[in-house]
Amino acid sequence: MTTAAGATRRRRSGRAGHAFVAGYLVLLVAFGIVPTVYAIYFAFTDAGGAFAGLSNFGVAAADFRFLPAIGHVALYLVFWLAGLVVFVVGLALLLHRPGMRGVGRTLRFLYYLPGALAGAASVMVWLFVLDPVVSPVGFLLRAAGFETFGQVIAPGNLPVLFAMIAFWTGAGGWIVVMHGALNTISPDILEAARIDGAGAWQTARRIQIPLLRKWIVYMVILAFAGGTQLFVEPQLLSQASVGVAGRDYSPNQLSYDFAFQNDNVNTAAAISVELLVVGLVVAAVFVVRSGFFDAD
Amino acid sequence: MMRRIRAVRAGRSPSRRTVTALAIGAALTLAATACGGAGDSTASGAKDGFTQAPQSAGPLTVWVDSTRLAAAQLYQKQNPAVKMDIVTYDGDANGSNYLQTKVSLFNRTGNGWPDVVFSSQNNEATWAVTARFAAPLNKGLLPPSLLAGWALNANQPCMVDGTIYCLRNDLAQTVLWYNAALMTQWGYQVPTTWEQYKALGEKVAREHPGYLVGVAGDTFAPEIYLWAGKCGANHITGPKAVTVNTTSAACTRMASLLDDLIAAKSMSTSSVFSSDFDKNEADKILMMPGPSWYGGSLFQGTFKAPKGQVAVAPMPHWSDDATPAVGNVGGGTWLLSAHSTHLKAATDFLTWVTTSDDYQGKVAVGYPAYAPAAKTWLANQAASGYYANDITAPLQSAAGQVWPDWGYGQFSQEAIWAATVTPGLTAGKTIVSLLPAWQKAIANYARSDGYEVTQ
Repeated sequence: MTTAAGATRRRRSGRAGHAFVAGYLVLLVAFGIVPTVYAIYFAFTDAGGAFAGLSNFGVAAADFRFLPAIGHVALYLVFWLAGLVVFVVGLALLLHRPGMRGVGRTLRFLYYLPGALAGAASVMVWLFVLDPVVSPVGFLLRAAGFETFGQVIAPGNLPVLFAMIAFWTGAGGWIVVMHGALNTISPDILEAARIDGAGAWQTARRIQIPLLRKWIVYMVILAFAGGTQLFVEPQLLSQASVGVAGRDYSPNQLSYDFAFQNDNVNTAAAISVELLVVGLVVAAVFVVRSGFFDAD
Repeated sequence: MMRRIRAVRAGRSPSRRTVTALAIGAALTLAATACGGAGDSTASGAKDGFTQAPQSAGPLTVWVDSTRLAAAQLYQKQNPAVKMDIVTYDGDANGSNYLQTKVSLFNRTGNGWPDVVFSSQNNEATWAVTARFAAPLNKGLLPPSLLAGWALNANQPCMVDGTIYCLRNDLAQTVLWYNAALMTQWGYQVPTTWEQYKALGEKVAREHPGYLVGVAGDTFAPEIYLWAGKCGANHITGPKAVTVNTTSAACTRMASLLDDLIAAKSMSTSSVFSSDFDKNEADKILMMPGPSWYGGSLFQGTFKAPKGQVAVAPMPHWSDDATPAVGNVGGGTWLLSAHSTHLKAATDFLTWVTTSDDYQGKVAVGYPAYAPAAKTWLANQAASGYYANDITAPLQSAAGQVWPDWGYGQFSQEAIWAATVTPGLTAGKTIVSLLPAWQKAIANYARSDGYEVTQ
């Protein structure tokens, strides 16, 4: 039987929930939905506002910088996503081992720390780390055959370097998430596996990783969307290297260049819309293939 | 759990999306409120060659980089009655295009333009005119007698169809810097031709390994060497037309010279601003062709070369070339906004900052583009006693020898060279082998900026 006091409590907590959601919703509409709708509007119109069909997409595709930019980001995504999945899951599993409980808390904090630096600031840190002359790990770079900053940032090295920077700045948060997800696995299952003779590797491979699958898919979807928007790393490296990395390394940079170098906002918007579509399609494929929304 | 994941997402994804919002979203959102755009504030009639905004009181807004802050502050000190709003920005260092980006946004919102702005880039007029930002200066705002005071071709970067849209702050003509003490000690003659320069470079490599006669690793290496060698890589023939030829005899001859000296190891492939050059090579410079600002900024400022060591000679030239030419590396410009509502004050400031002896002659770090101020500047340099010889004659002659057939396009020559040639050079390829790729890149970037390209 429901009491009057209980109903009032529920109404109050409901209002508080709506208030919290409303704030998020306003920001989402102002800085997410409205710019997206404007970008779509610009992508299909010309400078005078007339409907332009797919011509802006055609201009972008025909530009000599477009395909190389796609190629650069595709290669970067291979390194970034593979590194993210392998190392985040691996480190989370290591942190979750029974013997690591005490140290794990400190390590989780340390892993998370780089993410607290703003994107541009963390790239600035890497500009020093990658210069053999001033880097605190310069001896490692010299041992690998790099004597100058120019040799380190050679075009062939950029996908790996950007993946390393992105991992350093973004992976810590995901390690914490994966660790939390591992905590939701029932100790009974792990205990049963141990009694059946499963070692750490068997337990990870047969029980923990399959149960983490949805979180891994979720991480890959967001990391893919973030990765296609690669911008800060090459832009700052371009400034620091006075252009060696190129101002148009990624599609997002190319979009920026179209908007502010070529004064062509419509083509810039077309590239942004393409990135949005690619992100949505990949997310949809992953969601459908992984059964992300299936009830457990 | 979900809450945690949202926290991560909120902390990570928006940081990347902020960039997108800056680049596109914010611009487009602002566009929604910009009904009239750039043309709104042009109510009063045409005068001085452009449609002027209604004039009003209020502070004169001046944008300067950190180096030119001293200029604006000195003007404010000398003219306390003028209300000024001095804003420092990066001055478009390294082609950041900050000014162009901001003007593009101001054009959409219909306000916000600075009245006068300094840029360390020479190619601002190429976009600032089509964006209707730069006001014409030789159509009534400034008298011809004043404009006649600039060094020969100094305002060429500001010229579009015969109209001057900006004023050159300083020149960056190239000369040959050298270590006078070492040259005397080793009994070497300062080379006057490129042939002599190359021969001396090879001799230095044999007799004093590790010492340098030049640096080819900077993004402005083409402006120092290939420009001076009359290589037609970047000949702007009209407001939106360019001729590109990087494989001519003039280009390959100079590129071969650089390749030979790089192979001999007396030409560095590092950048003079890199940490490895500073640590390993800065004290090994015997000679170094470079712009006029190398003296104060590089030798005196960065390398801390002692007094009485650094000397200046004219840039070498090919022995079969009767008309010596030099290159150019930078030299900033001042632009006056066509949207200014304080044209009188803006014009007064622009005139003062580009011609004043108090600033250009006595305070400015670069060689003043305004010839009378340059005389005072040179006299001050000579009086400082820092240089080992009199720098006046070589710098003065070089000021009038900048080869005029290398243009100032909207595309960044430095960025193209950096992306096309520098990685190959670092990987051990020759510059001669990279010339075709350089040409292709220049042509591609020029076309994407709307230029008609002739090759």
